[in-house]
Amino acid sequence: MRFLFKTDYDQDLRLLQHGIQKFWYAVLLAVLLAAPWTLPEYFTSQLTFILIYGILGLGLMLLSGYTGLISLGHAAFLAVGAYTEAVLFAHGWPFPLSLAMAALLSAAVGIIVGLPALRVKGIYLSIATMAFGFIVEEVLARWESVTGGNSGLQVGVVTLFGFKLDSEESFYYLCLALAVATTLAMLNLLRSPTGRAFVAIRDSEISAQSMGINLARYKTTSFALSAAITGIAGALYAHKLRIITPEQFTVLQSIELVLMVVVGGLGSIHGAFFGAAFLIALPQVIVLAKDYLPDAIGQATGLQPTVFGVILIGFVLFEPLGIYGRWLKIRTYLGMFPFYRRGMFKRQKAFMKSERLK
Amino acid sequence: MSLLRADGISVAFGGVRAVAGVSFEVNQGEIFTLIGPNGAGKTTIFNLISLIYPLSSGKLVFDGRDLDRLSPHQVAGLGIARTFQNIELFEHATVLQNLLIGRHVHRKTSLAAEMLFLPSARAAERGFRETVENVIDFLDLPHYRDTLVAGLPYGVRKVVELARALCSTPKLLLLDEPSSGLNVEETEDMAFWIDDIKNDLGITVLMVEHDMTLVSRVSDRVLALNYGEVIAQGTPAEVQSHPGVIEAYLGGAL
Repeated sequence: MRFLFKTDYDQDLRLLQHGIQKFWYAVLLAVLLAAPWTLPEYFTSQLTFILIYGILGLGLMLLSGYTGLISLGHAAFLAVGAYTEAVLFAHGWPFPLSLAMAALLSAAVGIIVGLPALRVKGIYLSIATMAFGFIVEEVLARWESVTGGNSGLQVGVVTLFGFKLDSEESFYYLCLALAVATTLAMLNLLRSPTGRAFVAIRDSEISAQSMGINLARYKTTSFALSAAITGIAGALYAHKLRIITPEQFTVLQSIELVLMVVVGGLGSIHGAFFGAAFLIALPQVIVLAKDYLPDAIGQATGLQPTVFGVILIGFVLFEPLGIYGRWLKIRTYLGMFPFYRRGMFKRQKAFMKSERLK
Repeated sequence: MSLLRADGISVAFGGVRAVAGVSFEVNQGEIFTLIGPNGAGKTTIFNLISLIYPLSSGKLVFDGRDLDRLSPHQVAGLGIARTFQNIELFEHATVLQNLLIGRHVHRKTSLAAEMLFLPSARAAERGFRETVENVIDFLDLPHYRDTLVAGLPYGVRKVVELARALCSTPKLLLLDEPSSGLNVEETEDMAFWIDDIKNDLGITVLMVEHDMTLVSRVSDRVLALNYGEVIAQGTPAEVQSHPGVIEAYLGGAL
């Protein structure tokens, strides 16, 4: 067991609390940096996908996990980011500028979509955002002069400061850098007043308001930031796929994204990346498992969605905090061995709530 | 000098007049208590001051400013903090984080500074932490600093909520039934703290309370309500012996 003796307020402001944490994150970073050199290209490509989905997960996590607003339209923000990047890239904009534009445009759309969130919440908000997802999907298919309609758009290779990032590795490093930057920005936000305001809104709107938090402003900020981060992921996504079509940004994908953050663990940064790894790895595992399953199951259509569904139900029932929650328990178990008690993470029954707004 | 003045405030929900023409003045540095049977409109008055409900008629003046044209979140900025009857804490955050949210009205850093955690943001956080630690010391909470609220017993939550309200360094503190759900010992502590809040911190307190022992012990003045109307006002002893109050609680003679 480890005891932290705190002697300074700055200690609680640090992102890494103690030496062991520093060591493990340094190892993680080293592994991520070394990965493309040691792994076959295919795995590097999959890692790149995990990083992009991780960034995307961070965006959705900020909105759903930290501010408590559900969105079933996040694939649409991803689309806004991806198509903005594709169009601007075609017009020869330098990557940093077009990336910033993708983020800004997504943020602007996020603000508009966030407007209903000021009035509705819960299931009604999810319906509103889902409707937005349908609209964007239609626009992408119909606005052929810009989006290329159903045949989609081709996106070239990123050129950054004169270097063409045409290899799998170089693009991986770009995604890694952006993933690290986004994570740091999120962490900083969460240890400052804005991040705390988001959490306050999630847990009790009425008391957040009585603490002086402007609900409208912070909900809009959350939508804008979330959409901007998703837009950045979208821009990378476009370059990764090389060709983007409307069917990559359907409402079904939005639902998959929600599944990703729920399985990863709502309300945690780790959760976004755990969820991304899960979402990328699971289809591969299913493909591998197919060979060993009886044909009636292995060749059945809809095997993947079924497995996804079953896993989601399993998590909601048995581990509401997702993979991150499980990871916390394992870590605590090892850290406290042999003093871990079964009931340690048992959630207390919530006390009566009243005086809710609306 | 009056800090908060209510001038014939009324609110009606459909046909129900929850508060009907109530007037009172809370003076700087006193403890003013609202009492009354269930449904008398005490919490509704709190919600009117917090601007959660709009006034149907009347006027609320705080520190020389009319509360009329403000939005609910601006009330805290004027220096009014409150607690809730049924505890509205941020369940999935630690006690420390809850208290830091109490400092929100004093936020001066910009979003960009926070995202990059510039020295200004760091300095602001340090400043917040100092105030919060003073409150933690004041209310004897160091033991619970890093505990999640979801895992705290009821009595401690009540204190944490009081602490969160104090963290905003308010001029006026609204306490909605500070002793409800507390045992005798915890109620004793609460009485001491409310006294200290007035005497040591110089914060004016407006409170709703049912426990008459606590009320007579700490209050300077008491206002009794029934069916949204004032029935008596004065010192705790005066109000308790007022025939209208006795009738409201126990029923009139046949």
